Amino acid sequence: MRDFSYLRANSIDAARQAAALPGAMLLAGGTTLIDLAKCGVTEPDTVVDITHLKGLDTVTVDDQGAMIGALARMSSVADDADIKSRFPAVSEALWQAASAQLRNMATIGGNLMQRTRCPYFRDPANFPACNKRSPGSGCSAIGGVTRGHAVLGTSEACIATYPGDLATALVAFDAIVHLGDRQIATDDFFLLPDATPDREHAIAPGEMITAIGIPASAAARRSTYLKVRDRQSYEFAAAGAAVGVEFEADGRTIKDLRVALGGVATKPWRARAVEEALKGKLLEPDTVRRASLLAIEGAVDHGANQYKIELAPRVVARAILKVGETA
Amino acid sequence: MTVHEIRTRHCDSKRGDASDGAVLAEAVGGRLSRVDGPAKITGAAKYAVEQQLDGLSHAVLVESTIAAGRVRSIDTAAAESAPGVLLVLTPDNVLRLNTATDWLGTPPPDAPYYPLARDITFSGQHVAAVVAESFEQAVAAAALVKVSYDEMAAIVDLSDPKAGDGIPIDAMTKEWGDAQAAFASAPVRICAAYNTPREYQTPLEPHGLIAHWEGDQLTVWEPSQWLDGMARTYAEWFGVPFENVRLISPYIGGGFGSKAFAYGYSAVAAIAAKMLGRPVKLAVTRPQTFTAYGGRAATRQTVALGADAEGRIQSIVHRGVNETSVDGMWVEPLGSVTSIMYATPNFSSRQNVVRVNTVVPGALRAPGENPSAFGIESAIDELADEVGIDPLEIRLRNYAEQDPEVKKPWSTRQLREAYAAGAEAFGWSKRTPEPRSMRDGNQLIGWGVAAGTYPVRRAYGEAVVRILADGSVEVESSSIDMGQGTYTILAQTAAEVVGVPAENVVVKLGDSRYPRAGVTGGSRLAGVMTGAVYKAATAALDQLVGLAISDPNSPFHALQANTLVVTKGRIASPRGDGPEVSITELLGSVGRDHIEAMGDTMPANSTVEDRYKNYTTIATALSHTEGDYSRHSWCAHFIEVRVDEDFGTVRVSRVVSALDSGRLYNPKLAESQWRGGIIMGIGQALLEEGIVDRRHGRIVNNNLADYLIATNADIPDIEVISVGIPDPHSSVLGGKGVGELGIVGVAPAIANAVFHATGKRVRDLPITLEKLI
Repeated sequence: MRDFSYLRANSIDAARQAAALPGAMLLAGGTTLIDLAKCGVTEPDTVVDITHLKGLDTVTVDDQGAMIGALARMSSVADDADIKSRFPAVSEALWQAASAQLRNMATIGGNLMQRTRCPYFRDPANFPACNKRSPGSGCSAIGGVTRGHAVLGTSEACIATYPGDLATALVAFDAIVHLGDRQIATDDFFLLPDATPDREHAIAPGEMITAIGIPASAAARRSTYLKVRDRQSYEFAAAGAAVGVEFEADGRTIKDLRVALGGVATKPWRARAVEEALKGKLLEPDTVRRASLLAIEGAVDHGANQYKIELAPRVVARAILKVGETA
Repeated sequence: MTVHEIRTRHCDSKRGDASDGAVLAEAVGGRLSRVDGPAKITGAAKYAVEQQLDGLSHAVLVESTIAAGRVRSIDTAAAESAPGVLLVLTPDNVLRLNTATDWLGTPPPDAPYYPLARDITFSGQHVAAVVAESFEQAVAAAALVKVSYDEMAAIVDLSDPKAGDGIPIDAMTKEWGDAQAAFASAPVRICAAYNTPREYQTPLEPHGLIAHWEGDQLTVWEPSQWLDGMARTYAEWFGVPFENVRLISPYIGGGFGSKAFAYGYSAVAAIAAKMLGRPVKLAVTRPQTFTAYGGRAATRQTVALGADAEGRIQSIVHRGVNETSVDGMWVEPLGSVTSIMYATPNFSSRQNVVRVNTVVPGALRAPGENPSAFGIESAIDELADEVGIDPLEIRLRNYAEQDPEVKKPWSTRQLREAYAAGAEAFGWSKRTPEPRSMRDGNQLIGWGVAAGTYPVRRAYGEAVVRILADGSVEVESSSIDMGQGTYTILAQTAAEVVGVPAENVVVKLGDSRYPRAGVTGGSRLAGVMTGAVYKAATAALDQLVGLAISDPNSPFHALQANTLVVTKGRIASPRGDGPEVSITELLGSVGRDHIEAMGDTMPANSTVEDRYKNYTTIATALSHTEGDYSRHSWCAHFIEVRVDEDFGTVRVSRVVSALDSGRLYNPKLAESQWRGGIIMGIGQALLEEGIVDRRHGRIVNNNLADYLIATNADIPDIEVISVGIPDPHSSVLGGKGVGELGIVGVAPAIANAVFHATGKRVRDLPITLEKLI
């Protein structure tokens, strides 16, 4: 880790001005920034500490939806009674992410900004080629160890998986990222790698996440996040699904359905084809399993990650059936 | 200079050992809690690299980014001019050391040893090191060292076409009868290949050291499973007398076989300290723990079993291969369980070792026995399925009544008792035989059984026991406690022999200035050191009683007794006549401030050279089949798994293991070690695998987020049952090995359970979800 300047911001405007300087990075919980600095992936000239800003760590929930301050800790959002009752998928995604120690440090805004776990991205000394780190240098992952890599949304430049769980739930329920006065849908906030995998978020220098808004919906209230992995805890998803359902008055016909996938794509992956296929249908196992196959339309494997194409629809189907069962 | 000592603060007094009637917690066999526990949980325990020394400087390693080739040049200019940099070590300026005697006692070649070299044989090899005033400065400067290479094609692993068949290791060959012919003519035959990947010790405390020279005296604070062996290595490297090297290691945050040797980075730190005339700290990073020393070698085995129609084995043909490095030799004895678990009239086992571009592999909990058991204990399960009999029944049907290899009786073998006790507690009789016959919703349930074993390795140790005028007792030994409970059981041993409460015993370990000990490995330390302390404590007690009887100033002098007894620190006649005085009062009346005795487990006629060799190499360790008996610990694991039929995820939901480690010096701690082994076995079965990038010959999951070990959430309640009986042929006090036994057989028990759950036989560890989906 090389030397850097440390600035403590005492207002949002000051933080945004400082963050606009070349080589400046915002510091919140630090669980990503410090980790990547130790790996030699990030080498900020200036670290702008925003943890002392007031009023950015609140969680408010009403009939319109939830508003979560960017500095709210993952653990406090996961434990919030209103989040648990009105957005169970959000709470479940949070408590299944990372370890308790990390959840106590990491913030919601920082969580959206977390970087991929691609081992090639994380080891610049041994793998100089990485289009995400050094645009145009190539991709070391393609042709290498790809068990954890994405099968959806990949490009010739990058196959790195978006690792987070929370954002999968946010995308499913049309959450909005607040960048001060500017607002952007989470689905648009995360960018596909295409030819520019170094650009991961629709955020400009000098912009800062201030809050996440999640509109209230019946589907969000009846939702779940299902995370599948080899290890029971503290592992990134082999495949994950955030699912919410709303039934018609008959209690069986699907009125609204939300499906998003985690752990299998280069960004949090909304599976609208599954949603459309099941709206208006009865929630029955065979129907659900068939429709869930649409979740991996267009998937491309790179060898060792082929299993994700098998696994992801099964995770989606199980999650839909699970929320469908719970009354 | 810090001297480490542990005083027993608290004991579960009056709590007896349930298995043994009414043993007091503080006596041998009692359930005394770990006496070092409070120091560890309060943070008072200082580990090696936490020592604070004046003038401490910090070394950071630069590692090769290629797996094979040669360093063309190293540009150190930028690093040398970076802030705070004191020294940049490269192959060009590193001190020339002597090659040291290896752990087997092999005399070294008369050749120099350089811990930094230009020839590269694996990715992650040390190429240079930067020493600076602060750790951060050293890290920053190390990133400025520019190394250029001439790269060559690497042999990345056992499956590399360039790897070839390897080198036959004749010493591993075991044969009797005519195994090939008997297999060919057997009515029932199974033959399959079983593979285990590279696995790593992943101790919670990464490796590292502080090296400090004062003249030609070297002090090293370094976590160590073998103070005397490592001190010898440093002494020979630098050409100074053994006595000039002091190794200090009071606490070790897990070793699992990886902390018994001084490695290349140890030499780098000691060289830097010598060149700078300042103490140097070198802390190995977590990623470096995957290449700075070796984990368990990847292995391949083929097991062929020929049997009659009732499943009685007629022949075992076994072939094994393990990887080693290009310039080092590691043999993982793959036929070690294969040859002794079952009775067979015909047997053949051979092993090759294949050189690949890796760091030389090393010991990881039960080296040899662990992968060996995965092969034979999976194969016997396949045979049971082929013949159509219960997996437990086939093991009983082929029970080895004596050691089939050396044809000697077992010293003790409570394996039949283990099968019975484990099956009863698990409810094995309720198992339905067909695969996929037990289910709970989406979860397929499987029950598997496998046996394990580990030889009783015997070596030597010394101890001093000192009875002080304040009534306390001191024990000193250069052996170590890496969490297994040495402090505790040695306090119990001395307390019982001398006749004082355990809380009056102070145990001092982890300093090479104390009486010597061999390696803490191969599950031998408890048996060796309780024996040494027993002898030393007995000698000290004899002196005390002798003084009390014979000294003219003793209150017992007039009694004309033949002997006296010491209970709870008070001395009295066994008949109860005469006075009763405290140790303090006696030593005061005879004018002594302490009594001291040395005890050891060495043969009586041992020379000084014998002793040095015994404590600093394993050359003279006693074979487990020496004399009239074959000595081993035994166990049987009964394991339930739940496999999600859609996702392929495997969760262990129940474990019952019955184990024979002979007499337990402290059942609470032995059970804890068994459970620890079982937990590591669950990780090995389901999660652990060093994954190599085949283009670069490099382990890419070299951190604890990507190299998965079991977490608490992966571990169910584990029931362990002791079925051992005292084994007088294995140790002074009747114990057999504990630490390694628990892991042996866990992986095949889980693989067998997965087969029972799913009908799929997974022969490549770990059993990850894509193998079942």
